[in-house]
Amino acid sequence: MIDYLTSSDFLWTVIKVVVIFGAVMNVVGLLSWVERKMMARVQMRPGPTRVGPFGLFQPLADLIKFLFKEDVIPLNANKFLYIIAPLVSLVPAFLTFAVVPFGPSFQVADLSVGLLFVFALTSLGVYGIALGGWASNSKYPLMGAMRSAAQMISYELSLTLSVVGVLLIANTLSLRELVVSQESTWFGFIPKWNIFLQPVAFMVYVISGTAETNRLPFDLAESEQELVAGWHTEYSSMKFLMFMMAEYANMIAVSALATILFLGGWNGPMFGPALLQMVLPTFWFVLKIGFFIFFYVLLRSTIPRFRYDQLMKFGWKVLLPLSLANILVTSFIVAIS
Amino acid sequence: MIPISWYLIVGAVLFLIGVLGFFIKRNIIALLLSVEIMLNAVNLTFVAFSSQHGQISGQIFVFFVLVVAAAEAAVGLALVIAMFRNRESLNVDRSNLLKW
Amino acid sequence: MVQILFFFFAALAVGAAINVLAQKHVLYSALSLILMLTAMSVLFVLLRADFIAMINVIVYAGAIMVLFTFVIMLLNIPRDEDGADRLRWLKFIGIPLGLFFLFLIVATLWNVDPVRLAQPELVGSPQAIGRSLFTDYLLPFEATSLLILIALMGAVVFAKKDL
Repeated sequence: MIDYLTSSDFLWTVIKVVVIFGAVMNVVGLLSWVERKMMARVQMRPGPTRVGPFGLFQPLADLIKFLFKEDVIPLNANKFLYIIAPLVSLVPAFLTFAVVPFGPSFQVADLSVGLLFVFALTSLGVYGIALGGWASNSKYPLMGAMRSAAQMISYELSLTLSVVGVLLIANTLSLRELVVSQESTWFGFIPKWNIFLQPVAFMVYVISGTAETNRLPFDLAESEQELVAGWHTEYSSMKFLMFMMAEYANMIAVSALATILFLGGWNGPMFGPALLQMVLPTFWFVLKIGFFIFFYVLLRSTIPRFRYDQLMKFGWKVLLPLSLANILVTSFIVAIS
Repeated sequence: MIPISWYLIVGAVLFLIGVLGFFIKRNIIALLLSVEIMLNAVNLTFVAFSSQHGQISGQIFVFFVLVVAAAEAAVGLALVIAMFRNRESLNVDRSNLLKW
Repeated sequence: MVQILFFFFAALAVGAAINVLAQKHVLYSALSLILMLTAMSVLFVLLRADFIAMINVIVYAGAIMVLFTFVIMLLNIPRDEDGADRLRWLKFIGIPLGLFFLFLIVATLWNVDPVRLAQPELVGSPQAIGRSLFTDYLLPFEATSLLILIALMGAVVFAKKDL
């Protein structure tokens, strides 16, 4: 075992893990700035401008504020569950990035069932919310947590079923192969992305992904107007920060998966010298994820939220039959061609 | 590599823990959890044998065991809810109306 | 390397299973069971059954245990009200008998042909499982879908307050 631990393979993996983890942590911070700035611009106000140029150090200021806040634990709260709930939310969110291919040779682990791994982690993320809400021993968190957990497990169904259409075309569950299968082009210039082959699945996936991460318009369980703050009402300082980081990391993970499945991952026009070509795939990947994040923040700024029963009705009665019909049609077409 | 008997022994120990839990515990939900432990131990044994003989049927059976466990958990919990509504208690010893 | 992983996760699985029995509050038992399921998932991966490992987490830990957790949280069960004063002797007979049972099983299994694990010509890849599931085992597969439908209807009927 010692020769594995000192081999270059292991060292390279450790470097990749450190780089990806650091990058995701930084992007999560940057994302909070992007969200506040964009929402402010949509609402015709400047947003954070004081801390650093364009308010870019605002996340840093927020971090320092959270570090110095008093850590309150409610009197009758279940101490053990109260403390581990943010961890249970955070760890699966960050673990997703272990299988995401950022570039042709920039992936920590290429599992043969990589896509199922991501869905398994999504299923485990429900526990953080359910436990956090229940352990707080208070009305609003409990209601918010139950609603949010029920919403997440309902939309998980249409999330996974909408992806089956893509799997029927690509014949593989490994994320790297899914990206590689979208490499070529039709007619020389239209890229062979799955969004053109599976538009319905793409829309169902994006909507389910938004519902899965509790973002507007599906965030009734954590909204201010209805439920104080939902399941994280009683949380303060670092634990609240961990919940927020988990939510942003989930958003990035859903966007990353959407680009891998539907927008061709790191495929993009290649040009320039060899050194530039090494970096270019990662650049295209990050650009596409940025597009999705832009879309999510725009969605948050413009659309009113769903009522809870409308939300559940939509998930079970509209999205689930739609994704099943998509599977039916896709398998029919794949079978006859 | 790891000899197959080690996996089988882990499966046996887990099955035993499930059986003991089923005998000792008085809470109905804890009984259901012990049944799930037993089913998982059986899953491990199936997969270990499937890996030893090189056939995929063991893993197919694990698939079916999983499905049956899901169905049984759902109906079992619905029964637990109905019982709780009638008796306000989850102690198995309180449900002894059919005793002589 | 594989041996260290095996020992660690086997110990974790057994420890979590014992914790399921040892906890007074049933919610902690359910959470220990989730830990046991993820440890078993790693053991499945060591046996080269990747698909079953992921399905174990998605279905068992991610759906069935969520169901258990919801029921426990919504029924708001107080701490374990043991009727154990009448049956305290059960622990003292049960555990020695159980250890004897374990000794019997281990003695039987120790004489199993100690074939080293088959080298990975069998990998529990999704392709292999799909091929077998849809050709040799198609009838049980369709029957389980009927089973799930019946379980669904049964659960709804039992849990309704008024029909």
